[in-house]
Amino acid sequence: MDIVVMSRVLFGSSMGFHIIYATIGVGLPIMIILAEIMYWIKKDKDYALMARRWTKGFAILLAVSIASGTIVAVLLSLLFPNFMEIVGQVISLPFQLEIFAFLIEAVFMSIYLYAADRLPQGLRVLSIFFVAMGATASAILITDVHAWMNTPAGFEMTESGAIINVNVMEAFFNPSFVVTAIHVTLSAYMTVAFLVASIAAIRLMKRHISNEERAYHKKALMISLYFGAAMSLGTAINGHETAQMLHEQNPRKLAAAEGLFETTTYAPLSVGGYTSLEDGRVKYAIEIPYALSFLAGDRFDTEVIGLNEFPEELWPPLYVHILFNVMVGIGTLLIALSFLALFWKVVLKKDFPGWMLGLLVVGGPLSVIAIEAGWCFSCIGRQPWTITDVLPTADAATKSSSVSILLFTFLTLYVVLLFVTGFVMRYYFKRNPVEKDLAAQ
Amino acid sequence: MEASTLAITILWSLLFIYAMLGSLDFGAGFWGMIYGKDDRTNAGQIANRFLSPTWEVTNVFFVIFVVALVSFFPFATTMLSSLLLVPVGLGLLLLTIRTTFMVFANHANRYQNILRITSGITGLIIPALLVSMLPITLGGFVEFVDDYPQLLYGKLLAHPTLYMHIAFGLTTELFISAVFLMDYSKEAEDWSAYHTYRKHALWLGPISIAIAMLTIGTMPEEASWLVDNIEANPVWFGLSVGFFILGYASLYIKSKHGRKGLARLAMTFIIIQYGIAIYAYGLAHLPYLIYPDLTIADSFTDPSIFYKLLVVYAAGFAILVPAFILFWRLFLKDQRYLKQQ
Repeated sequence: MDIVVMSRVLFGSSMGFHIIYATIGVGLPIMIILAEIMYWIKKDKDYALMARRWTKGFAILLAVSIASGTIVAVLLSLLFPNFMEIVGQVISLPFQLEIFAFLIEAVFMSIYLYAADRLPQGLRVLSIFFVAMGATASAILITDVHAWMNTPAGFEMTESGAIINVNVMEAFFNPSFVVTAIHVTLSAYMTVAFLVASIAAIRLMKRHISNEERAYHKKALMISLYFGAAMSLGTAINGHETAQMLHEQNPRKLAAAEGLFETTTYAPLSVGGYTSLEDGRVKYAIEIPYALSFLAGDRFDTEVIGLNEFPEELWPPLYVHILFNVMVGIGTLLIALSFLALFWKVVLKKDFPGWMLGLLVVGGPLSVIAIEAGWCFSCIGRQPWTITDVLPTADAATKSSSVSILLFTFLTLYVVLLFVTGFVMRYYFKRNPVEKDLAAQ
Repeated sequence: MEASTLAITILWSLLFIYAMLGSLDFGAGFWGMIYGKDDRTNAGQIANRFLSPTWEVTNVFFVIFVVALVSFFPFATTMLSSLLLVPVGLGLLLLTIRTTFMVFANHANRYQNILRITSGITGLIIPALLVSMLPITLGGFVEFVDDYPQLLYGKLLAHPTLYMHIAFGLTTELFISAVFLMDYSKEAEDWSAYHTYRKHALWLGPISIAIAMLTIGTMPEEASWLVDNIEANPVWFGLSVGFFILGYASLYIKSKHGRKGLARLAMTFIIIQYGIAIYAYGLAHLPYLIYPDLTIADSFTDPSIFYKLLVVYAAGFAILVPAFILFWRLFLKDQRYLKQQ
């Protein structure tokens, strides 16, 4: 492997690892707030217990999230120094702001974790609110830099590569910032909702649990279903805006996502299959007529630009079509699942059947896969550029051959940590089961 | 003041803050490991009680330093990253193990020992690794191959100054944390922990200052520019030693309750001691980030952008002041937290 590829693999796997924990770190505080609010309204102690148990899980995962976030922040400078040289000049503002968001999150997390019993209820809810705010703000600010890499703005580059005419605000509010930030935030909320639903569903599938415990898990499941349904629908609506943003700002990426080679009006949407370079089309796909044109411009006759308009060496890898489909496919599935489950429970007033619980169990892991696919799509779909049309990845990466040592050690670390986190979570919640907490109430 | 000088002063201040917080953090982790199972003293509990709510905040200061470095001195990233890839990379690896295992230890009682030992040892190595980056900047350990800077690992690893820097980092970390935890124990009115930490502060103090002085003597020939600058500025370093003596003497003064040591006073003097030393060292290091290839002026960002960022920093920290005060009250002052069982 050459150094550029190793740098990409190392950074990509670090992000892939971090994003699991970061997503939970962004979404779980919101769920905790919801539980706290429910407790406030209904005075039902189950909700207070829920908030407490979720907080425990959050505390364990937050350690990994913060550590891996530190890795990602520093590795970015180590592995892509030429990229950071430009970032430092143009778009360091979100990184600066993110630090303060991060500080707010850290300070209030400690307060919520270790001082909750010394605080009045209002101040306690306020502190978890600050945690949630800090986490979401961090996500939005980091996404800003990511969005700017996709749609760079706020500077000019001279022939010699010098950066001039920097406009910090223009860079900050780059064309894809708002829509991408909403996308990342909503999808993080949605993922956590489905993860929580997953755990509740696993518990509810157990036969021999007490009625109290069953009631507890049902409440958790309902909160996450309502929240998950709302967030997945929001993500879908925003996904539509994202497609339109791509159509305007980054047609090359949209063309790669859809495997569209020729510029077309009345373009069909290819669902599934894989993009074949030889055939110049997506093979084994289900084609929905006119749908791509409509998605891109709200009109069936919208002209969608194809890959052939660009030189082939500037195409992203064609397998991004699969990543895109995985993301959209799972998203659609989860909307359907959450609405079906709610319809079943709220309108038909029936209990969840086993098969539905089974589907909900896989919903959580699926939503994590969707998030991973989405990030991979966005970053691989930007190739061969690190900053679109400005800085090729080959020029952004380090030239230090020592990357190979780090690659091996970090990959080992991530695998070990995934197992250890899972183990500690299991250990902790086995030793502190819901029954015990419910009995202590 | 020149914008780049102001920038390096701020960056250096952030380094100072992190050096202090990091010493407390990693030091407390180490003491927590040593006394975790010891029934004769509460030193382990006190260390962990301090550590639980504070490690996240300390960690943020590490990130602040890195982000400030990249945004104030973007043209330094290429050179710094190629030289520091391995030491910083390994540091991150250890930091991750340390952080996660420390938190896991609180959630998996049966495995607490092994988790705490791993976290304590990695925590001890991290400051050593961070300090070992200082000699790289002195000159003589960098070689250019095809215009690309390479770190001469063989030369660095064989040079005594590396090991003196590491010894300096370790003894400083343990000394500062021992004095601080002495003060923290006093706040908690936990006298067994107090005496344990005082005992360690007493032997670590003289050793740390002796090693600091010896380290200057081991600097490589290429660093003669820095040694000259340090020797040209004897007042500051003399003052630093003076504050050390004051701080160390405070450990012996009897308080009005007849107990030996004025912990708060000692802590204050020692912070001043390190503050003066760090700024004097930084001053002697100017104008180089890495001698002789990288200066502050060469790596500095556009001054107008720098001033904008400065406003962000000022506003950000101003907003956070009430949060820090609340934090301080809840975890460093509140007797209900300090004295819990």
